[in-house]
Amino acid sequence: MNSAPRRVRIPRELHPVAWWIWAIGLATAASCTSNPLLLASLVAVAWIVVVSCRSDGFWSRSFKLYLWLGLIVIVIRILFRIVLGGVDDGHILFRLPEIPLPDWAAGIRLFGAVSRESLLAGLYDGMRLAALLIAVGAANALANPKRLMKSLPPALYEIGTAMVVAISVIPQLADSATRVKAAQDLRGGPPGRVRGLRRLLVPILEDAFERSLALAAGMDTRGYGRTAGVTGAQRRATGALMLTGLLGVCVGIYAFLDLTAPRWLATPMLAGGVALALLGFILAGRRVGRSRYRPDRWRLPELVVAGSGVLTGAIGWSVARWEPTIAHPGVTSMPEISMLALCGLLVAIVPLFAAPPPLTAAGRARRADLERTVDERERTVDDLEGSRS
Amino acid sequence: MIELRTISFGYDDGTVLDGIDLTVEDGELMLLAGPTGVGKSTLLGVVAGLVPNYSGGTLRGDVLLDGESIIERPARERAHVIGYVGQNPAAWFVTDTVEEELAYGMEQLGLPASTMRRRVEETLDLLGIAELRHRDLRTLSGGQQQRVAIGAVLTCHPRLLVLDEPTSALDPTAAEEVLATITRLVHDLGVSVLIAEHRLERVVPFADRMCLLQRDGSVLVGEPAEVLAEAPIAPPIVELGRIAGWSPLPLTVRDARRRSVELRRRLTPPAAFASSPTGEPSVVAQRLVVAHGRDVALREVSMRLHPGRVTALMGRNGSGKSTLMWTLQGRLRRTSGTLAVAGADTHELKKDGRRERVGLVPQTAADLLYLETVAEECEAADVSAGAATGAGGASEGAAGRCRALLESMAPGIDDAMHPRDLSEGQRLALAVAIVLTAQPPVLLLDEPTRGLDYPAKAALTRALRALAADGHAVLVATHDVEFVAGVADDVVVLAEGEVVSDGPVREVVAESPAFAPQVMKVLGPEWLQVREVADALAGSA
Repeated sequence: MNSAPRRVRIPRELHPVAWWIWAIGLATAASCTSNPLLLASLVAVAWIVVVSCRSDGFWSRSFKLYLWLGLIVIVIRILFRIVLGGVDDGHILFRLPEIPLPDWAAGIRLFGAVSRESLLAGLYDGMRLAALLIAVGAANALANPKRLMKSLPPALYEIGTAMVVAISVIPQLADSATRVKAAQDLRGGPPGRVRGLRRLLVPILEDAFERSLALAAGMDTRGYGRTAGVTGAQRRATGALMLTGLLGVCVGIYAFLDLTAPRWLATPMLAGGVALALLGFILAGRRVGRSRYRPDRWRLPELVVAGSGVLTGAIGWSVARWEPTIAHPGVTSMPEISMLALCGLLVAIVPLFAAPPPLTAAGRARRADLERTVDERERTVDDLEGSRS
Repeated sequence: MIELRTISFGYDDGTVLDGIDLTVEDGELMLLAGPTGVGKSTLLGVVAGLVPNYSGGTLRGDVLLDGESIIERPARERAHVIGYVGQNPAAWFVTDTVEEELAYGMEQLGLPASTMRRRVEETLDLLGIAELRHRDLRTLSGGQQQRVAIGAVLTCHPRLLVLDEPTSALDPTAAEEVLATITRLVHDLGVSVLIAEHRLERVVPFADRMCLLQRDGSVLVGEPAEVLAEAPIAPPIVELGRIAGWSPLPLTVRDARRRSVELRRRLTPPAAFASSPTGEPSVVAQRLVVAHGRDVALREVSMRLHPGRVTALMGRNGSGKSTLMWTLQGRLRRTSGTLAVAGADTHELKKDGRRERVGLVPQTAADLLYLETVAEECEAADVSAGAATGAGGASEGAAGRCRALLESMAPGIDDAMHPRDLSEGQRLALAVAIVLTAQPPVLLLDEPTRGLDYPAKAALTRALRALAADGHAVLVATHDVEFVAGVADDVVVLAEGEVVSDGPVREVVAESPAFAPQVMKVLGPEWLQVREVADALAGSA
C-alpha cells in the first residue's frame, strides 16, 4: 500500500506575459528565415504547445482562426505570383495567356508563364507571414487576455480596465442584436433597408447605452476610481511627467533611427525620456490605493517558458547571421536543416514540459471529486477509530 | 446609522421625492414599498450616492452616516460602508468569473491579498455558491447571479446593504433562496438592509420596519402591519385580513392561518365549477422536441390552447418556457413533433403569416419599440398590419386599430409621449397592442409581470381576461403565483423541458406548495383569490 507519493503538477494559469514572450520569440525566429522546413516545424511546434497547454476559456478557441488565416495568406501569395509574376526564366510549369497592358503599366505583367521558382518563392514568403500570424495566434490562445490587461502596471490601470470592459461588451452586443432581431420580426414593419436598419439599431444602441451606464454605476458603487487622498496637484504632476517622458522617448527613437539627426538628440533623449516616464509610472503606482486578488506571480515555469522563447528567437537570429544558406535556402536548391536550427526548434517546444497543466472545467470537476473521495475516506477512518475507542 | 434628512429630488418638470426623512438603524431590515414610478430606485440611489450623478436632476437635503454628512461624497467613496445591488445584476458585473467578481470591490479598497482570499472563501460559503466559484457569470441562473451580486458587495463588509428589487426576475424558489440569504445576513452578521420590492408578500414577513413612498413624494414609516393597513398596495394576505376585519393585520401565512379558524367556519366554499375547455383548440402541439446545439431544451412537450382561455406557463428559470413560446411562434426549429396553430405549422410560414396567427410579446418588451412617439409606433403597426392583410392601400385595413387596442388596455396615454418614458405597465400595453394589431387568434406573453406593481398587474389581468373573452387563446409565462391565481384558467408547469403538471388552475396550484397562492394556503384549496372570499362574505351577509 505504501507507494511513494507521485509528484503532482498543480494546474494553474501561466503568467500571460510569459506566453507572449515565448510567442514573440517564435515570431522572431520565423521572421529570420524563409526555409520552408523550419517554418513548417515552427508552426507545428506552436500548434502542439497550444493544443496541450491551452485552457478552456473562450479565447483558447481562437487558434483555429489563425491557422485558417495563415492558410489564406499562403494561397493569396501564390495566386499573386500567378497573376502578376509572369517570368520567362526558370523551370516553366505552365503558361497562361498573357493579357496585354497599355504602355503606362510597363513593368507589370498579367498572367503569362508560371515557373516553379516563382511559385516556390510565393509559397516561402506566404509561409513566413503565416508563421508570424500563427505565433501571435498561439499567444492569443494561450494567454488569458483579461489577465494580461491586469498585469499592466498600476499607472495604466484605467486603460486596462477600459479594454477589459470593451472586450466584455462585444458578446453582450451580439446577444442583444439577436434578441432585438427576433423581437422586431414579431411586428411587421415598413419595408426598406434604411428604416429596417433603424429598427435594429435604435433598440440595440439604447440597450448598449443603458448597459454601459449600469456598468459605470456598478463600478462606481464598488469603489472604482477611489482617490485615496490624492490631491489634484499630485495627479497633474504625474500626468505631466508621463507626457514629457513619452515625448522624449519619441524624439529619441526618431533621432536614433534617422542618422542625419544630431547625435545628442538620440541616446540622451531616449534615456531621459525613459527615466521621466518611469518616474511618472512609479509616482502613479504609489498613489494607487488598490490591491490585486491572487496576482499572477513569476515563478520557475514562467521563467523557463519566457526563456525558451528568448532563446528560440536568439537561435533564429544566429542561424540567419551565420548560416545564411540554412536560413534562406533560395528557390533553386533543396532546403536543409542544421544542428543549430534543430536546437532552436527543440528549445521552442520546452513549454510542453515546463508549463503547468491548464485549468479546465473537466480538471476542476475531477479535482472536486478527488477531494470528496478523500474527505469520505478520512471520515470512514475517523468513524472506525471512533468505534474502536 | 444612516439618516436621510428632508431629502428632496426632482427634475425641472416635476418633483420625485419631497422632503423625505428616513432612518435605518443598525441591524434593521427596512422595506421600501410604493407604486411603480414613485421614486423607490431614486431614493436608494440617493443613499448609495448614484443620484444625482448618474440621473441628473437636483438633490436637496442631507444624508448622514453616524451623524456625519456624506451627501457630497460620490458612490465610490461610500463603497466600504454601503453595498448597493442594482435591479439587473447581470448588467452590473464587472469581471467574468464568480471569484473575481467577489474580489473586485476589495481590490478597489486596496485590502491585503491574504484578507481578500479569506473573505472570498467565507462569502462563497455564506451564500452557498462555493461550487460556482469558477463559473462564467453569464452562464449562471438568475437566482445565482443575484446571490453573486450580493456576495460581491458583502466581501467589502459594508454596514448597510441596499437592494433594489432583488427578486423581481426570479422564480418563487430562487426568490425564497435570495430572501433567506438576506434574512440570514441580517440575523447572523447584523448588517442593516434597505430593500425595495414589488412583491410584498415575499418580503413583508421578514421586514422590521416598512417605509411606504406615496405618490405625492412623502413617506409613511412604521411597523409593516400598521403601514399596510392604509397602503394602496397590499399583498393578498393583507387584503384578506382587511376584508375579514383582523387587527393587527397578519403578515405571514402562519399568522393568517391561525387567525382564520372562525372565518373558515363562516365561509361556504364556492360551488366547484370545473370549467372545461370547449370547442376546437387554436394551438395543438404534440411531442415537441427542441434542442439548442446538443442541449435538449424541450422534451416531448404536448399542449393545447383553447380560444377564450388563459393558460399560465410556470417553471423555474431555464426550464424551457421561453423556448416553448418561440417554438409555438415558429421561429425556433423543432427536432420532432407536430405543431398546428389555427390549422397551420407556424415554422413553415413566412414572418407575416406567423404574425397573423401568433402574437408574441418578448421578455423585454422595449425590444419591439424603435420610434419616437406612441402615435408613430401605433401608426407603424397599423401600416404593417394593413399591408399584410392586403387590404388595399397602406393603412385602410387597420387604421387606428393599434391605438384603439392600446386605449382599451391602458386608457389615457398621451400620443406624443416617447415610448421609453412610459411606465412599465404602459409600455407593456403598447407592445401587446402592436402585436395584436395583426389580429392573431393566439397571444403569447413572456414574463409580462416583471416590474409591475399591484395596480398594473390588476390592469394586465383585466386586459388579458377581456382578450380571452374576445376569443383569443392566451399563454402567459410568469413566476407570479398570485397573478396566475387571478388570471389563468389552466396552468402548465415545466421542469427541465418536460411538462410536470397540466390542468385547471385550481387543481395544479393546489397540488404544489410552491405554486399555491396565499389565499389558498390560508383558507384551503377551494379558494384562489381574495375577490372570491369578498364575494362569498358579501353573499352571506
